[in-house]
Amino acid sequence: MKVGLFVPCYVDQFYPNAAIATLKLLQKLGVDVYYPPNQTCCGQPMANSGYEHLTGNCNRLFIENFSEFDYIVSPSGSCVLHIKDHLHDEKRESDALNVRHKVYELVEFLTDILKVKEINASFPFKVGLHQSCHGQRGLHLSSMSELVDTPFSKPMQLLNQVKGLEIITLTRPDECCGFGGTFCVVEEAVSSKMGKDRVEDHLMNGAEYITAADMSCLMHMEGILKRKNSNVKVLHIAEILNAE
Amino acid sequence: MNSIKHPELSTIFNEDEERVNWHDDTLWWIRAKRDKAAHGISEWEILRETASQIKDNVLSNLHQYLIDFEAKAQANGIVVHWAANAEEHNKIVLSLLQKKDIHQMVKSKSMLTEECHLNEYLEKNGIDVIDSDLGERIVQLAKEPPSHIVLPCIHKKKEEIGQLFHEHLGTEFGISDPQILTETARLHLRETFLTRRSALTGVNFAIAETGEFVVCTNEGNADMGAHLADIHIASMGIEKLIPKKKHLSVFLRLLTRSATGQPITTYSSHFKKPRKGQEMHIILVDNGRTVQLGRADFRNSLKCIRCGACMNTCPVYRRSGGHSYHNAIAGPIGAILAPNLDMKEYADLPFASTLCGSCTNVCPVKIDIHDQLYKWRQVIVKEGNTTAAKTMAMKVMDFTLSSPTRYKLAGKIGRWTIKHAPFTVNNKLNLWFKNREMPEAPKESFSEWFKKNK
Repeated sequence: MKVGLFVPCYVDQFYPNAAIATLKLLQKLGVDVYYPPNQTCCGQPMANSGYEHLTGNCNRLFIENFSEFDYIVSPSGSCVLHIKDHLHDEKRESDALNVRHKVYELVEFLTDILKVKEINASFPFKVGLHQSCHGQRGLHLSSMSELVDTPFSKPMQLLNQVKGLEIITLTRPDECCGFGGTFCVVEEAVSSKMGKDRVEDHLMNGAEYITAADMSCLMHMEGILKRKNSNVKVLHIAEILNAE
Repeated sequence: MNSIKHPELSTIFNEDEERVNWHDDTLWWIRAKRDKAAHGISEWEILRETASQIKDNVLSNLHQYLIDFEAKAQANGIVVHWAANAEEHNKIVLSLLQKKDIHQMVKSKSMLTEECHLNEYLEKNGIDVIDSDLGERIVQLAKEPPSHIVLPCIHKKKEEIGQLFHEHLGTEFGISDPQILTETARLHLRETFLTRRSALTGVNFAIAETGEFVVCTNEGNADMGAHLADIHIASMGIEKLIPKKKHLSVFLRLLTRSATGQPITTYSSHFKKPRKGQEMHIILVDNGRTVQLGRADFRNSLKCIRCGACMNTCPVYRRSGGHSYHNAIAGPIGAILAPNLDMKEYADLPFASTLCGSCTNVCPVKIDIHDQLYKWRQVIVKEGNTTAAKTMAMKVMDFTLSSPTRYKLAGKIGRWTIKHAPFTVNNKLNLWFKNREMPEAPKESFSEWFKKNK
């Protein structure tokens, strides 16, 4: 099984530790991981801003970089969802479709493909899990409070395997943090307020760390935590699953 | 074109953080009630699917159902009118009142008449309109539009309502006890019901099979208005049809559970024919609905039964308030309906969302709301309803990201700037920085690390 590691642009530039943890975790689990060095961005910031028609170059590049792999794995639910839903290339439509079918967010790859039952990790802290919307509602990483459904959570399934880790219970289990890509600046007032409220729920319930399967939500919440001079830190779920 | 858009209006709304917290908590409480009601029914998801499929059928056969409904309604003695747009609708209402020399009308809640700006039109033409839904009456006294389709004055605190009642209905200054305020409203409205000769109601569901229509209220105000009036006018969007009477139960079970968490509305009133000596009219209004029906990506929005669940669950709506949507219908559903009416005026609304998808999940008729928001963004930009600055920024982004070399260089420069010249980003021009710290710049990117460590 040949796996291509897709590291979203902002993770590459600002959160290399999340990507390093993803790589090491996959290697630890015996996966044959490759990192195509010419990758840039999936194009989501443009597409979500209404400029999907400008994403042709990003799409072509993505297909070139990742077509050869059996699976494509990324530590970001939101970018994965964009590829899954919107990757097109008129000249290589079947390749585009192929890529869309084999792209996985890290957590779902671990639970659904590798079927990981035991993770050798230890993280003796109180952790709040932020259910990033695109992962949760888009990729169905966990059940959603709005639906009348059997509850499940793939990230929780993995976090429960980490020694010493205590998951805190949130008052609103799956509310959006307000990042939303370019929404965070276009709608600055609402975005910041949503972020503040999201962070407050974690703080009120005693979190020492906030984790998620999407670094972008964490980046937003980290900005708010730091502005509040809070000691609570954010960590990508890969960093916790890789912690020893 | 309205120059004040959703981001500016919500910035104003957010200046009073306490108020935002209160607005958010109130609506979240209703969302929680909705969850409890939905989870109390094991077949909830089947009901949603059934409702969605019934509406699919309606939208695919709308033409026939409208003809069937018209024939049955006429046979029942209801006069049927057709209005292509808001203006025609308003003219029909006015002419019906003028014909009978009526200058006062009592109105039950109708979002369609809000959409058509009927109140302003009638008032300009010498008709005194009183909204009989308590929330609607309160915003009417405040000279404001409703901020929510089910809870029109949800943005107002009881103290503010007390002040309004003091000014308009003669309650004592400083009274904000809901019991006293409700009793005052009751007396005031009772007088209205008894003296007005004309009543207008909305329509929640119209049944093609029988030619009757159903109006759902919690206050019984539609009944009180319609039963005492010489002339009952019902205004209805053409998408409100359902094929058969037996389908009604599906929608009645979904509507109020989704709206307020109640099992059913207190009053689900069926109107089939006028009583002796009364006139009953129904106006079937298009006002852009057939255009939306023709937009393959957006026709599903016409399934909406106006429960407001998408607003209550929307984290953006809860923190920006209904008026920030500057449209009769606020929230996620308003944001996909409004651009159909005027794409330029409402170009901001599909962007007032993080695309979190909660709206789609609560929708009792399974409208793919957040996917439509995404699709509207593409249409709005393609039609040129965007700014030159934004287009330029996106083109620069495409130029940077389409080349690995340029991307890496830009990343390096960006990280260097944050580290060595933080003042260039940590300032007022950077909207991120207003309420958030910038991410720290690591000394190397992942790709640089990988090169060294592979």
